[in-house]
Amino acid sequence: MNSIFVYCEIEDGQIAEVSQELLTKGRSLATELNCNLEAIAIGHQLEGIEKNIIPYGVDVLYIADDKRLAPYSTLPHTSIVVKLFEEQKPQIALMGASSIGRDLGPRVSSALHSGLTADCTSLVIGNHEDKKQGKVYENLLYQIRPAFGGNIIATIINPDCRPQMATVREGVMKKEILDPKYKGKVVKLDVAKYVSDIDFVVEIIERHIEKSKVNIKGAGIIVAGGYGMGSKENFRLLYELAEVLGGEVGASRAAVDAGYTDHERQIGQTGITVRPKLYIACGISGQIQHRAGMEESAQIIAINTDPEAPINMVADYVINGDVSEIIPKMIKFYKKNSK
Amino acid sequence: MTGYKIIVLAKQVPDTRNVGKDAMKADGTVNRAALSAIFNPEDLNALEQALRIKDSFPGTTVTILTMGPGRAAEIIREGMFRGADDGILLTDRAFAGSDTLATSYALGQTLKKIKDFDIIIAGRQAIDGDTAQVGPQVAEKLGLPQVTYVEEIKSIENGRVVAKRRLESGVEVVSCPIPLVITVNGTAPDCRARNARLLMKYKHAKTVSELQNSNEDYLHLYNERAYLNIQEWTVNDIESVPAELGLSGSPTKVKTIENVVLQSKGAKVISSSDVDIEELMKDLIESHTIG
Repeated sequence: MNSIFVYCEIEDGQIAEVSQELLTKGRSLATELNCNLEAIAIGHQLEGIEKNIIPYGVDVLYIADDKRLAPYSTLPHTSIVVKLFEEQKPQIALMGASSIGRDLGPRVSSALHSGLTADCTSLVIGNHEDKKQGKVYENLLYQIRPAFGGNIIATIINPDCRPQMATVREGVMKKEILDPKYKGKVVKLDVAKYVSDIDFVVEIIERHIEKSKVNIKGAGIIVAGGYGMGSKENFRLLYELAEVLGGEVGASRAAVDAGYTDHERQIGQTGITVRPKLYIACGISGQIQHRAGMEESAQIIAINTDPEAPINMVADYVINGDVSEIIPKMIKFYKKNSK
Repeated sequence: MTGYKIIVLAKQVPDTRNVGKDAMKADGTVNRAALSAIFNPEDLNALEQALRIKDSFPGTTVTILTMGPGRAAEIIREGMFRGADDGILLTDRAFAGSDTLATSYALGQTLKKIKDFDIIIAGRQAIDGDTAQVGPQVAEKLGLPQVTYVEEIKSIENGRVVAKRRLESGVEVVSCPIPLVITVNGTAPDCRARNARLLMKYKHAKTVSELQNSNEDYLHLYNERAYLNIQEWTVNDIESVPAELGLSGSPTKVKTIENVVLQSKGAKVISSSDVDIEELMKDLIESHTIG
């Protein structure tokens, strides 16, 4: 049975969170399909990296280690992945829906003529019957994602082309080590056989990578604002409430698009997925793309002037009213009662 | 130096950012009529980058290439009002049902036919799918290097483009030889507004199909003023393998589409009165949710 492959992103010798999450998901899919989970790590000075990858239940880890392979650059990484996939013929390939995965994934899918579904929120194994051809496809990867303004949920399949490729945002899947002592094989690739000089025409001149100062994913309390906050000024109220409660500020895509706050705070299908113990949604209507990123929060409070807002359907508390009036009251009564 | 030949890849998209309550019909299908069709926002950022190159390098030409139904000619005109020189509408039933790969194949074959270009610039992604796949896939089809997430083209010298990329966790400046494919991020500068003179000049620019459907009294003008003719290409104008086009050329298939039906969790609805808010905060403190 052909394997499932996960492309592991590496920054400063660390494996990206999203890759660890995909290894976890890949393991459960591989167990269901009774096939190997394999992974590829491409970079430089990767000695010992297997210790952080194999415990997720990886049966074979391929390592391409060369100083020209770090930091990430499209062409050499594409060449290695494409050649390796041609040799190993995986049935499924997973990548993070990150700046790297979204640059690499389409390039690889085009070279292999295989289908790629972006930003999946769920991956499930299932069958498909093509009635026209009278053909049944078994054990396909259902790539599930919201589409079209969030009014529909689409299940995408790749019946005939392999690998079936999907990208997933950070935080959508949960990461979990399978067994710290898991026995997997390490295969070091002879890089020269996989890349050629022409893969290095793009030169990286400068690079400033900053670890995000915002830690939304790890926050226990999130105060999130939407387009309904009305202005950047009103958004400040959210920071006040978040500070008082010891939480972080998040935002819907509409609020980010309107310039109320930065993209790194965006929660939802094309942002971050969060599961805090309390999520306070302020002026957020709650289209499915947003809900996909927060509906597993333990408690949800929705503050909205629209009693019909979809966010209210997933909320534990709904406060109908004006955020600029309600938030100061929340701050006041929290301070009054917390001591 | 006689400037650069730039092709801007653009798409007309339904305005999914402003989906109203009538966006879905009673039967659960998308009510396209209720959504206005717009120039994909990041493709406008891409157009601006192309126009800036044109400003800096006299002799540069900017051509908009779009694939879509006949009405997508609207965005070519829109681009011309802002400074593009011309455009090509790729339109044919053979392209219907294309996923990103089949779209990239058709665009790639069109670009091979155009042949003479230096820089291809596209928006990072279109708002109706958010896949960000067509740019890189077109680059792969043409065997060209790609520079994605570009926020600023810093220079073009000695046959190389230097561009600043905006990544999730920082910025990167790269140098890439021409020809290449660039995709532009929404954080790049907005596109300039329409220019009144260009609006007058191109207001009657039309594709052949549009001309055939109009009661134009000034048909002779289209012979005298070549710039008013927006090129319309069909599948016959490019070389292609039919199996690679449209639905049959699309490895991904939509298995099912489900309308989103929300079941309410049965939230406790409270008012914004002092009493209610205080009660809520007390509950949250008592349950150790906060504090």
